[in-house]
Amino acid sequence: MHFLAFGVAGWICVVGLYGAITSRNLVHLALCLTVTQSSTYVLLLAIGYRTHGGAPIFKGVKLGTTTVDPVVQALTLTDIVVSVTVIGLILALALDVHKQRGTVDPDAVADFKG
Amino acid sequence: MSDRHRIRGILALPALAGFGALLFWGLSGLPPFGHYHGQYGYLINNLALPQRHATNAVTAVVFDYRGFDTLGEEFILFAAVTGVVLLLRRERGEGEAGRTGRVTSDLLRWIGALMLGVALLVGLWVIAFGVVTPGGGFQGGVIVAGAALLVFLTASYAAWHRIASESALDPVEGAGVGIYTVLGLATLIAGAPFLHNFLGPGRPGTLLSGGSMSFLNWATALEVAAANLVLYAEFLEEYVAPAIRGRR
Repeated sequence: MHFLAFGVAGWICVVGLYGAITSRNLVHLALCLTVTQSSTYVLLLAIGYRTHGGAPIFKGVKLGTTTVDPVVQALTLTDIVVSVTVIGLILALALDVHKQRGTVDPDAVADFKG
Repeated sequence: MSDRHRIRGILALPALAGFGALLFWGLSGLPPFGHYHGQYGYLINNLALPQRHATNAVTAVVFDYRGFDTLGEEFILFAAVTGVVLLLRRERGEGEAGRTGRVTSDLLRWIGALMLGVALLVGLWVIAFGVVTPGGGFQGGVIVAGAALLVFLTASYAAWHRIASESALDPVEGAGVGIYTVLGLATLIAGAPFLHNFLGPGRPGTLLSGGSMSFLNWATALEVAAANLVLYAEFLEEYVAPAIRGRR
């Protein structure tokens, strides 16, 4: 039971990688990357969790109350927002490949030259 | 081609099993779930309120204790959006159907107008009280951008295009990341550490708490909202008016 959160993080990472390896579509490949990346969020939040810990917000809560770790929360929240725009960039690249080659199959563009 | 994929899938399985085993082995060495004893989080929890009068320790990390790192994150955001603009913003054809189409259902338009107001208010509230209660520039910026997208979904492309125009969004996006950088450099010139919190901490639990964190918070909100709107605008434009082929 205690290993469940870490197990989920590892599982999401491996599943995402499997999807990326067997991908036949660049859009699908980009989404697999997102899945792999999400495993880091689960891992970070799992590491920072403290049993019976509340949110690290001390509005109406006494200082010194047990809370989850605020540092990993900050890391996760900034990364979620930033990753959205990075995925946007990857999708724009996929769109560009489709415009130039008429396909989004990663194998068909393996010999791609700039 | 499909044979190739099947073989690749079969070959990947043992490799991923090995990788997964290594990963699980590594993860099993972490402190048990729920028993984290990191010192930084503990210190920040006990310092954010007395030092900065910020009741939200997460925002204190993002915009104060780890503010320099957030500047880096903002530049990733900025660079990614610039990349999208470079790739997608070029000569486009005229997609008349997409440009002139509008939502004709009165009910949908009314719901859209109501939702837009509510979503915008929630977004601004999440940004403004980022130092006090859960929220901040990153989360609120995304909500504000989502609210603006409702204009496209429940009114028309023409109305969306007016608010999400390149000439309006590009300067705002630049300003967001620019204000953040200038605030950091200004503290350097004044002889303090980079991004030093130069304002008094204010009364805890109010909008004036957290000192100069609020400025960084709002600058980030501008950057995130504008960056997301630029992304939406570029992809939607691509959808209604595909780029002219061959002319690049």
